[in-house]
Amino acid sequence: MTTVATPPAAVETLAPKRKPRQKTGPGSIFKYLLALIFLIIVLMPMYVLIVTSFKSGADIGVTSQWNLPETWTLASWEKAWNVLRPSFIRTFELAVPVAIISSLIGAANGFVLSRWRFPGADVVFTLILFGMFIPYQAVMIPLREIVTTLGIPPGITTLVFVHCVYGIPICTLIFRNYYATTVPEELIEAARVDGAGLLRTFGRIILPISIPGFVVTIIWQFTSAWNDYLFAIFLSNTRNGPITIALNALAGAQSPDYAASMAGALITSLPTLLVYVLLGRWFIGGLMAGSVKS
Amino acid sequence: MRKLRHWGPGLLLLSPSLILLAIFVYGLIAWTTKVSVSDEHNALGSKGFVGLENYTKLFTEDINDRFTHSLKNLALFTIVFLVGAMFFGLLWAFILERGVKAEGFFRTVYLFPMAVSFVASGVVWRWLMNPNKGENAGGLNAVLGGLGLDFAQSTWWTNPNWGMASMAIPAIWQLAGYVMALFLAGFRGIPAELREAAAMDGASTYRLYRNVIFPQLTPVALSALIILGHMSMKMFDLIMSVSGPQWLTEVPAIYVWQTLLTSDYAKAAAISIILLLLVAVVIVPYLIYTNRQEKNA
Repeated sequence: MTTVATPPAAVETLAPKRKPRQKTGPGSIFKYLLALIFLIIVLMPMYVLIVTSFKSGADIGVTSQWNLPETWTLASWEKAWNVLRPSFIRTFELAVPVAIISSLIGAANGFVLSRWRFPGADVVFTLILFGMFIPYQAVMIPLREIVTTLGIPPGITTLVFVHCVYGIPICTLIFRNYYATTVPEELIEAARVDGAGLLRTFGRIILPISIPGFVVTIIWQFTSAWNDYLFAIFLSNTRNGPITIALNALAGAQSPDYAASMAGALITSLPTLLVYVLLGRWFIGGLMAGSVKS
Repeated sequence: MRKLRHWGPGLLLLSPSLILLAIFVYGLIAWTTKVSVSDEHNALGSKGFVGLENYTKLFTEDINDRFTHSLKNLALFTIVFLVGAMFFGLLWAFILERGVKAEGFFRTVYLFPMAVSFVASGVVWRWLMNPNKGENAGGLNAVLGGLGLDFAQSTWWTNPNWGMASMAIPAIWQLAGYVMALFLAGFRGIPAELREAAAMDGASTYRLYRNVIFPQLTPVALSALIILGHMSMKMFDLIMSVSGPQWLTEVPAIYVWQTLLTSDYAKAAAISIILLLLVAVVIVPYLIYTNRQEKNA
């Protein structure tokens, strides 16, 4: 049984198959030079975010953007944290349930679609996938109307529901690809011969070997719920919405406090960056799965 | 009866999702379409059906050709974004593919912007793309000045003609790493035998890449283009965060939002449906294509 529990193919796809040949020569130096230049370019915005967040008063200006702070201060971090704290907590209340619920739904769907080739399964799968690509503006007007007509208060609960529904396609896709590539047909067949029904096969045999799939969808859904702005702006406000709304209010004011905005942007990005750094391998796996083809 | 027992449990497990998607994707799209052919131009509701009037008006009677302007902005943004992200993504993947020490480190750094939200990165990019030049330059202009490239200093997104091209810079920064990851997976997925066979035939490195490796990457490139393309058409967060909603950088996704603020539901619905069609034109053939490919496999 344990041999079945291999991680999804996507996880290791990025590791080099062969040992990189280490040549030294002009070509090799040029290669490293390019790689380093791009590294610096990619990190530049991060540098500005970090140094500005520790600046204060006259230190903060357009022309001194690239300078290190004259005096390092945590004042802006404190200010940003005070503004963002309530929404920071709310965003956890949003992203964690979304990640868990969507993953469970995705696992069930993915399993069914990877094994039970009922007539029209391909069409159904394509119709499910299309939901992942739609511009959500095309559903937003009635969505808002439903929410107001039913008297559902704007805020986190509504957003959890919406993210779970519109997360179904991607989670279904990830799990379908995972099951199609990693769970051998014989295992399902053996369960079927033993008289186990679909639900029992799923619960007893499939779920326990699905952890790598769950890691991918949980990271994916956590990140997209955490970073979402579009649903948030339509279905919540600064008092009850997630952190992206609060950050935009902090940074988008008429004369924004740049240091506090930058500190706020860092605070906002911290959870997803942490998830990314700690679980980067699987995060990449999720990105791969997002490319539709297994 | 036997058929039902065979497919029944699976469909039962699948049906809640199917019902939810039927309602919240297809049902609501139908609803939006209905609003788009009505005259619901204010909060008072609709008085009747007006056919395609809202659509034709967008192209013919919109003040200052606002809608056409937003489409042009979107087109310029999309072209620069796609070309930029594909170019850098492929280049980075190629560099890493050639073998670099500490590859994992480079990979992580190139990819990390993907984990940051557009709203958060917009905060810093708004500042980096400060239009001040010369003595007062900051951000990117200061870097260009420091490198002696003063002529390249730009007013960035505030430029009325080419501003949207600058708006693509943050988007490229954020997603080139993603394209790199896709291509890198593509490179690594090529069987070693293929490379060896080419080496046996005495192919030069150039020929190896030109005739063996790059053709194998076509499906990856297609996936990347589709994913970036549909993201680009939906672009909202980034522009809202960098410039806020304003004429210079308006795209259809933002136009919808602005129109809703004036309670012109019919017009907002018409714009959203056009946006949906733009995305569908790209996505639907792609989904059908991947479906066929899978069947043949």
